[in-house]
Amino acid sequence: MRSDRIFGLVVILVALAYIASAFQIQTSFMSDPVGSKTFPILIGIVAALCGGVMVFRPDEEPEWPALRTLLSLLISVVILVLYAYALKPLGFLIPTAIAAGILSYQIANKVVFAVLSGLGLSVGLFLLFKFALGLGLVPFPKG
Amino acid sequence: MDLLANLAVGFSVALSPTTLFLAVVGCFLGTIIGSLPGLGPSNGVAILIPLTFSLGLDATAALVLMTSVYYGAMYGGRISSILLNIPGDEPALMTTLDGYPMAKKGQAGEALVLSGVASFVGAFLATIGLMLLAPVLANVAYLFGPAEYFALYLLAFSTLGGIASNNQAKAALASCIGLAIAMIGLDNTTGMPRFTYGNLHLMDGVDFLVAIVGLFAVAEVFFFIESHGKESSLGAKLEKVTIPFKMIARTGWTMLRSSAVGFVAGVLPGAGASLGSFLAYMTEKSIAGPNSGFGKGEPKGVAAPEAGNNAAAGGALVPMLTLGVPGSGTTAVLLALLLTLNITPGPTLFADRPDVVWGLIASLLIANFVLLAMNVPLVKIFVYVLQVPPGILLPGVTMISFVGIYSLSGSYFDLLLMVGFGVMGYLLRKLDVPTVPIILGILLGNNMEDALRRAMVLSDGDPVFLFSSPISIGLWVAAIAGFVAPMFLRRFIRKPQAITD
Repeated sequence: MRSDRIFGLVVILVALAYIASAFQIQTSFMSDPVGSKTFPILIGIVAALCGGVMVFRPDEEPEWPALRTLLSLLISVVILVLYAYALKPLGFLIPTAIAAGILSYQIANKVVFAVLSGLGLSVGLFLLFKFALGLGLVPFPKG
Repeated sequence: MDLLANLAVGFSVALSPTTLFLAVVGCFLGTIIGSLPGLGPSNGVAILIPLTFSLGLDATAALVLMTSVYYGAMYGGRISSILLNIPGDEPALMTTLDGYPMAKKGQAGEALVLSGVASFVGAFLATIGLMLLAPVLANVAYLFGPAEYFALYLLAFSTLGGIASNNQAKAALASCIGLAIAMIGLDNTTGMPRFTYGNLHLMDGVDFLVAIVGLFAVAEVFFFIESHGKESSLGAKLEKVTIPFKMIARTGWTMLRSSAVGFVAGVLPGAGASLGSFLAYMTEKSIAGPNSGFGKGEPKGVAAPEAGNNAAAGGALVPMLTLGVPGSGTTAVLLALLLTLNITPGPTLFADRPDVVWGLIASLLIANFVLLAMNVPLVKIFVYVLQVPPGILLPGVTMISFVGIYSLSGSYFDLLLMVGFGVMGYLLRKLDVPTVPIILGILLGNNMEDALRRAMVLSDGDPVFLFSSPISIGLWVAAIAGFVAPMFLRRFIRKPQAITD
């Protein structure tokens, strides 16, 4: 109940913001009867209506995970973001081993297993990408 | 005898050693991908697209590889449904209803072989259907102007939302999210930036591959973290595999009927494989009557959804190839593949690139036989694959996704976007908002807008033009009916929920 209502409100707000920024789209000298604003505005209106339906006729409350699980989800998201930034400057092997290990720990909750699967995945995938698929990955940071 | 001549062209493409090799590799990979819990056909095909791209294959070869993966994944999906009671994706849900009880009764081997044969029958008949129906529909598609295309896109969104989800508003919202994302980038007509907020990375728009991999693969990782990988112990043992000839003979008619039902469901734009397996199962259940043991391990309950599901997978290729409108989540992913290969599906594809179309159809036929051979005697190999612990599998999938997306553009921005889509996919699925319409929206958004704008240019801004031809009126009626009717029907037809131990 509550989740759907909150989500519906968020949808309405985002849709309104979307419509507002659709009005800001610059038009050029070439134009057609519809123009570049109409379709986005229509989408925004339909989305806002859907948000309204969710506020007034919410479904049953989904089962949200417990606080500890939420924490491990949050950790995983942070790790993935850091991994995205690290992949280029730090090379493939080290960030992959760390990120895969931490993810594995979040799923299986076993330390030794996580360390081993991190290392194994890092080396194994590197060999696969480099030699089987011929991708130009950089194994270690330069210099 | 156009058909035979075309098929000859197709087989001359498909029987070259490279293509044949790719088909076999694709089938093998596909079956593995389909059988791994939490890695359904859409996920699998999505992760592999960027990698295929970096292999530098030509268009036909890449298409053959990925469609064999697609067919393979549809076959493989049944293995985890039967042995683990975990459907790899939505259409495989119906297979768990009787497949898992059969496996618990000690008939795991029979269930696997039977479902393999049913998959073959469904997929084979659907490929024949595709061969016969697609050229006809391609000729009809020439009659489609922008107004008709606009209505057709609308039909795809409304049937996908109406039939495949539980809540109309949420499905429509998902389509809107996808369409809204598609608007980001340069306007096709005027060349002016829209919704880029001065960010250079957003100028070319959001790459649909980034969205697909994020919404499907990365979101799946979050679900596994939530469940801590608990659900993936083998619920049933597979001892020996024998071919149950009697069972196959007894379910023969079931397979044929289910293939027909599944194929029709697959051809409907937007409805796809889930509807195919659902309708096939329900039809057989009502033919068999109330005391037939459906839901308790009835072989017909395994054969029906598998034949239906695979027939729908073939049927879904018909609207995808002829009109450019995918009929299911996975065909949406295949459409993404075609677009990355610079192949525009549509009636002209049949006239301009017969080698692509008929090569594809011929390799589907070949893939079917390869898959039957792989899935009946070699099914044990895939059962071993199931035992890969999620603690290795899911991090592996994540890393492959990262490398794949990274190899597309080499920018960390796409990777961040992918993680963002992953988080979004997790939240939306928690809230029971379907994610397939989002993909469809991102894929079709610009075409849909272009169709509307071109229609309005033709009519000089008169909206009545949208309803001016019989075809477009028919499509509008179907779209509205497809969206509204399930609201009333839902009270009578309840989707069976997965059984729990």
